[in-house]
Amino acid sequence: MNKVKEFIKSFGWPRIIISLFLLSLFIIAPFVGVSISTSLSDTIVRFGMNGVMVLAMVPMIQSGCGLNFGLPLGIIAGLLGGTMAIEFNFLGQSSFLMAIVFATPFALLLGYGYGKLLNKVKGSEMMIATYVGFSSVAFMCIMWLLLPYSHPTMVWGYAGKGLRTTISVEGFYLHTLSNFLKINIGDSFLFPTGMILFFILLSLLMWAFFHTKRGTAMTAVGSNAVFAKASGIDVDKTRTLSVMMSTWLGAVGILVYQQSFGFIQLYMGPFYMALPAVSAILIGGAAVNKASIVNVIVGTFLFQGILTMTPSVMNSMIHTDMSEVIRIVVSNGMILYALTRKSEATQ
Amino acid sequence: MEERRRPILEMHNITKEFYGNRVLSDVNFTLEEGEIVGLVGENGAGKSTLMNILFGMDIIEQTGGFKGKMVVNGKSVNYHSSFDAINDGIGMVHQEFSLLPDFTVQENILLNREPLNHSFVSEVFGPRLNTLNRSLMREISNKAIAKLNVEIHSSTVVGSMPVGHKQFTEIARELSKDSIKILILDEPTAVLTEQEASILLDAIKKLAKQGISIIFISHRLQEVIDVCDTVVVMRDGKIVKNVSTENLSIDQIAKWMVGRDVQHNVIHRKFDYENSDIILSIENLWVDMPGETVKDVSLKLHQGEILGIGGLAGQGKLGIPNGAMGLFPAGGKIVFEGKELKLNNPRNFLDAKMAFVSEDRRGVGLLLDESLEWNIAFSAMQVNDKFLKPFFNGLIKWRDEKEIENIANKYIEALQIKCTGSRQKAKELSGGNQQKVCCAKAFALEPDLLFISEPTRGIDVGAKSLVLETLRQYNENSNTTIVMVSSELEELRSICDRIAIITDGRVAGILPAGSPSEEFGLLMVATDKSKKDSQI
Repeated sequence: MNKVKEFIKSFGWPRIIISLFLLSLFIIAPFVGVSISTSLSDTIVRFGMNGVMVLAMVPMIQSGCGLNFGLPLGIIAGLLGGTMAIEFNFLGQSSFLMAIVFATPFALLLGYGYGKLLNKVKGSEMMIATYVGFSSVAFMCIMWLLLPYSHPTMVWGYAGKGLRTTISVEGFYLHTLSNFLKINIGDSFLFPTGMILFFILLSLLMWAFFHTKRGTAMTAVGSNAVFAKASGIDVDKTRTLSVMMSTWLGAVGILVYQQSFGFIQLYMGPFYMALPAVSAILIGGAAVNKASIVNVIVGTFLFQGILTMTPSVMNSMIHTDMSEVIRIVVSNGMILYALTRKSEATQ
Repeated sequence: MEERRRPILEMHNITKEFYGNRVLSDVNFTLEEGEIVGLVGENGAGKSTLMNILFGMDIIEQTGGFKGKMVVNGKSVNYHSSFDAINDGIGMVHQEFSLLPDFTVQENILLNREPLNHSFVSEVFGPRLNTLNRSLMREISNKAIAKLNVEIHSSTVVGSMPVGHKQFTEIARELSKDSIKILILDEPTAVLTEQEASILLDAIKKLAKQGISIIFISHRLQEVIDVCDTVVVMRDGKIVKNVSTENLSIDQIAKWMVGRDVQHNVIHRKFDYENSDIILSIENLWVDMPGETVKDVSLKLHQGEILGIGGLAGQGKLGIPNGAMGLFPAGGKIVFEGKELKLNNPRNFLDAKMAFVSEDRRGVGLLLDESLEWNIAFSAMQVNDKFLKPFFNGLIKWRDEKEIENIANKYIEALQIKCTGSRQKAKELSGGNQQKVCCAKAFALEPDLLFISEPTRGIDVGAKSLVLETLRQYNENSNTTIVMVSSELEELRSICDRIAIITDGRVAGILPAGSPSEEFGLLMVATDKSKKDSQI
């Protein structure tokens, strides 16, 4: 009994309630005609698609920079990488690798400036970060039109220049990761082994980083910056490093998302990408200055699980097509809930 | 004791558990009208918890309440919030200041109880639009402050005052309540200089004569004997003694508190510092630390000595280590082991193999949300590359959890840190044990020179002599030079070789520790006038 109590305490009531709700959705599903195997497969695919972007929250939270509402900045670096890989016509598997290679310098550079900025506004990082994200998206709306892209799959057909809002990655890096060692059971269940493995790899690297000297210093900076300073740590540098890491992970995260989704979404695409990732990690039990890999995994699974299951189950129950409405209600509801939980940490 | 007076407070069989940890068991306690009770005990003995119960603090309710019965003024009570306690005439002055730093003294004293002016606007739109009657506020504040016999301007902003005055302001706030019957003072003298403390003690006696009952918590046992009628000694959550202070000695109380004999080794060792090399020389140091400004300090330290830095609060003694470390803007010249130290960067200070234990435990000294292991090992890991396992030729330095656990356990044992284990979070420890963790952190750095600020602030007798002894031992065994800053002169005299007195940001004089205390007093008092001048 004590063990159960301890587990509940360490896992936290909110997560238990959400898990039970998700479980109940899976139980109801077959009775209203929703296939369990499809739903489960969808949940896992969405988990893999979003996992890396949720992981991008961790370094900044740990260093005390708060939740990375400026994720769109990282995503923009990823978009630049992806479009450049296509522009230079890298086909198939190699295009994914090259997209990451092209995205990296942008992510590091933008992250560096973003980090410097956040060091100047200690105490209100999250508000500033939000607007860094928004304004960078607006700025790139202009740039997507002006940058000299010319690959025919990407530019507007009638003008021959300016990037289209949605670009297919078919023939480039579509399903590069997802199809690697993928497992098909029946016709409706698909396990995207490669994508999950890639997420696990990045999570392992992150876990390892936080066991190194620098990683330890980063956690200490987030926990008490004055203490860290008194231990001879350059607080500003450490924070900048964490922001660069978060931004790079955001860039890689969007590429993973695209290879599964199949499209690059430009212009306003990155605008609202930060909130689901922020919510996922909060639902996973992270606090504003403390997050772990477990928070990422649990949070992403619960958030994406609910987001996949609620619309399809509800839709089948009331027999009208309002899945999109329900999806918006549920996702924003979850975000709202998560943000109210912002200070409670479990680990 | 005179004739029996009417009991104003009775506590019967109070029991309290925190996270399954029993901190109070079966405590019975009575307080009479106009009585001063001294409550003493080691850190974590349960004093603060008992007072929190009496004052109806939220933390008690949040952690599952308590068992037992409480009778105040003849009626059985169970406070759900401090407001209930305040309504029954209980006032509490906390260890940590609960003042608004940007408000003036009078605003703090009368916060939420301000006398109001009724006006036409408030008649129409309701009492929320009443204005404050500032002249009456000043009058009430001044009356409360006058009871304490101190000079504090009621229009001073609290944030700019020295700690001693903040403490007086808190007490004045409680005194300004007319209904006050019981006053709880949780270590009111811990942050005061000896002069200020004696003023406060006189004030306390005066209040008791007016019929206010006082619970006085202090680690300074001499004060307890001087001022209290009875003393209540707590140990491990129980009351072990409840006796009159008449004919009681410090040693006797100390023995009850720790359950064993406490040694007072005030043996001045003979240390021939003049023949040993100069390890550190400070020239014309200035430090811009709010409330502790250092103006022009020059000091020379000899290898292996323990130098004490004393002086009244607010005179700048704390600024010296903080400035040398680089936590506050500083200028001047510091030469350590023949090399000039670049100021204003803590890293240079640490790399030169110096360490600093800050007086601000919670703000600078600890990672409150992390384990003791991290707290103890972190600085040494970052500065000296200790407790790390190198991989790939040192390219990646991995935390060595086993080593970290070992070092933490080593210091937990050596310094007798009371905790549930090395994984416990620092914030869950009591103040004295937190201080020990701060010391352990500095020891783990294995410095050549150790600055330590107020090492015994808020620590009980047992822990105090342990910390001081550890410092002395550490100094002797590893030949570490120590600079100890403290506002308690007796403590400095007990372990230091020389003591420098800092007054008004300058060195007023350096004397051997064996000199009579009057001489030190003179150095502090001589400039007392100039201190007042500069404040007004």
